[in-house]
Amino acid sequence: MKKKWFYQSGLVAVVLSLLLAACANNEEPASTTTESGSGAASGDVIKVGVLHSLSGTMAISEVSVRDAEMMAIEEINAAGGVLGKKIEAVQEDGASDWPTFAEKARKLISEDKVATVFGGWTSSSRKAMKPVFEELNGLLWYPVQYEGLEASPNIFYTGATTNQQIVPAVDWLLENRGKRFYLLGSDYVFPRTANLIIKEQLKAKGGEMVGEEYTPLGHTDYSTIISKIKEAKPDVVFNTLNGDSNVAFFKQLKDAGISAQDITTLSVSVAEEEIRGIGVDVLQGHLAAWNYYQTTDTPANKTFVENYKKKYGEDRVTADPIEAGYTAVYLWKAAVEKAGSTDVDKVKAAAKDLEWDAPEGKVKIDGENQHIYKTVRIGEVQSDGQFKELWNSGDAVMPDPFLKGYDWAASIKPTD
Amino acid sequence: MLTVRKLSPQRLWLLAGYAAAAAALFSAPLFLSDFRLNLLAKFLAFAIVALGLDLIWGYTGILSLGHGIFFGLGAYAMAMYLKLEASGGRLPDFMGWSGLSELPFFWKPFESFGFAVLMGILIPAVLALFLGFFTFRNRIRGVYFTILTQALVIITATLLVGQQAYTGGTNGVTGYNDILGESIASPDTKRMLYWVTAAVLVAVFIVCRYVVKSRFGKVLRAIRDGENRVRFIGYNPAVYQMVIFTMSAAIAGIAGMLFVLHVGIISPSMMGIVPSIEMVLWVAIGGRGTLIGAALGAVLMNWAKSEFSTTYPQGWTYFLGGVFILVVVFLPNGLAGLASKLKLSKTREVRSEAEHDGIEHPAV
Repeated sequence: MKKKWFYQSGLVAVVLSLLLAACANNEEPASTTTESGSGAASGDVIKVGVLHSLSGTMAISEVSVRDAEMMAIEEINAAGGVLGKKIEAVQEDGASDWPTFAEKARKLISEDKVATVFGGWTSSSRKAMKPVFEELNGLLWYPVQYEGLEASPNIFYTGATTNQQIVPAVDWLLENRGKRFYLLGSDYVFPRTANLIIKEQLKAKGGEMVGEEYTPLGHTDYSTIISKIKEAKPDVVFNTLNGDSNVAFFKQLKDAGISAQDITTLSVSVAEEEIRGIGVDVLQGHLAAWNYYQTTDTPANKTFVENYKKKYGEDRVTADPIEAGYTAVYLWKAAVEKAGSTDVDKVKAAAKDLEWDAPEGKVKIDGENQHIYKTVRIGEVQSDGQFKELWNSGDAVMPDPFLKGYDWAASIKPTD
Repeated sequence: MLTVRKLSPQRLWLLAGYAAAAAALFSAPLFLSDFRLNLLAKFLAFAIVALGLDLIWGYTGILSLGHGIFFGLGAYAMAMYLKLEASGGRLPDFMGWSGLSELPFFWKPFESFGFAVLMGILIPAVLALFLGFFTFRNRIRGVYFTILTQALVIITATLLVGQQAYTGGTNGVTGYNDILGESIASPDTKRMLYWVTAAVLVAVFIVCRYVVKSRFGKVLRAIRDGENRVRFIGYNPAVYQMVIFTMSAAIAGIAGMLFVLHVGIISPSMMGIVPSIEMVLWVAIGGRGTLIGAALGAVLMNWAKSEFSTTYPQGWTYFLGGVFILVVVFLPNGLAGLASKLKLSKTREVRSEAEHDGIEHPAV
């Protein structure tokens, strides 16, 4: 027993000193770079962070965005880099866990000293990273459509805010498909906030909400809800379900004998990638609202889709968040070149009103809220798993994350 | 065996070892960058939970797969204080976008730091006492108790996710500015918080050590090794189990509060099933039934997780899984078990070791 304590105390001392040594050692060399491993930020590379979930439930979505961002970085490097320097990507795994996103963001900024970070998917991961970027004055490019009501000085939002996706989609539905809305979503911040906005909008525009349901993420039994939908007889099901739940919902909807002709569903989280998972037969004829489809007809998109497939395989598809991640890298590059520096404040200043011909069409950074002008597109799923665009907004819509330009949204002003 | 109190050479070594460990712990800010220090501070918070978990699992034989809840409740209590502090009298942002126009009544008292800290300990403790009261007294134990704790995890996490307006939903609560008037982002505050965490860890360690060495601790081990025999002798195991389970939950609550201070966010994902099981793994890997093993297990496993995921962002989960399997297969008593194994091969105290520190649970 006495001797046991001796060994234990020895173990403590040894392990603790090892730990401290390991921690201290890791401070100077960037032994953590994964892609090129060319060491610390010497004069000829610019390090950027790529922070997505590579493991966990979100990996299935985020890996494709990571791929697009890595492709953009490679393309830029092949074309000579930024400011004559090569970009070196430091990849980290957010592991579908919000505190991990915060930890890795902190590591990228303060240990790797990256010039900027491309990353995040869920609102939760963004909310977790936001204080870190603000505290350390870092720069984050967030590539996914989201619920709005946010404008951090340290984040650029290249996905749509509500007035570039949900609000115009509701307007279009009211005009073309009917007044009776059934709101169905996963139980987290995006669907809840989106539906809060939709309810106000319906109230103001003479629509009617005939039902509102939330199911936990990963929920797979929709028979009860489908019965309720049948009973409520809505013209439109506005679907903010996320992830696997969509598979279950649409399959069961079809099994219940409800087709896209009977009830229109419009989804805001179902893109090309998800269609592959859910199955075209089930989704055909249903609608989605995005800013980009693989079929979007722009010269930039042709090359983008071609290169993406060449690099990652013919069976891969592009989708809105993938495009937004790709666009983010190019917008950052353009801003850095305009600023002549990677300094965060200079890049932010230079990014103001910057324009770029993205695959989705011309985009422009709004200097005020750091979102981008985007064209809204409503698409219908075709038999080949692609979208046919039914309507678009023509010009790129100015981002209005706080819905200041909409009187009916007065009650959903954020507090900060 | 436990009555040795002379300053024998071994005891001196022991004291020296602890002194060295404490010195390393408290001087870490001198060697580590802000980021590393922040990480270490988080790991120390995890080590505190591990200590509490070891009390019930390693010493009393109660396996709780629900410590994420107690940890999370402590964390939420502190998060509520920090959020109100950051909102400066206005409504916390997530309430605004969830449709609330007024601060819910149960949030109001959390404006006080003292109240938040008190609740961060009391709420987990009371919940544990409540659960313990209805289970241990009814002699629900073993696997059945473990399943109950898992159910409690699911209930709590679902409740937190569902009540977005009051809890921040899946996002959790994040976006803090200051604590007691000091900016939470400043290096000075961070260093101070690190020292506070290290001090709490040492204090909790000493308390746990005292508990397991006391007569009370002997009864706990007796319950672990033969609950019915303890009952026949005339003890009421339920009381002991309730007390130690409550204490363990309170310790987890304290750890949760410290965690929030270092990480800056708490979300239901941090108190779900996976983190709850992870906590048990730290103890298993470090060595249950030894306090130092549990604490070290927590620090080492989290450090390994952080390092692996940085070095191999694509495949780190496999490495970590490999480590788990290796330890479970080759070191059933964890790293601390390795230490005593080394020792056992050199001494003849095999039998007494197995009796006093082994993890065998005789069939009841």
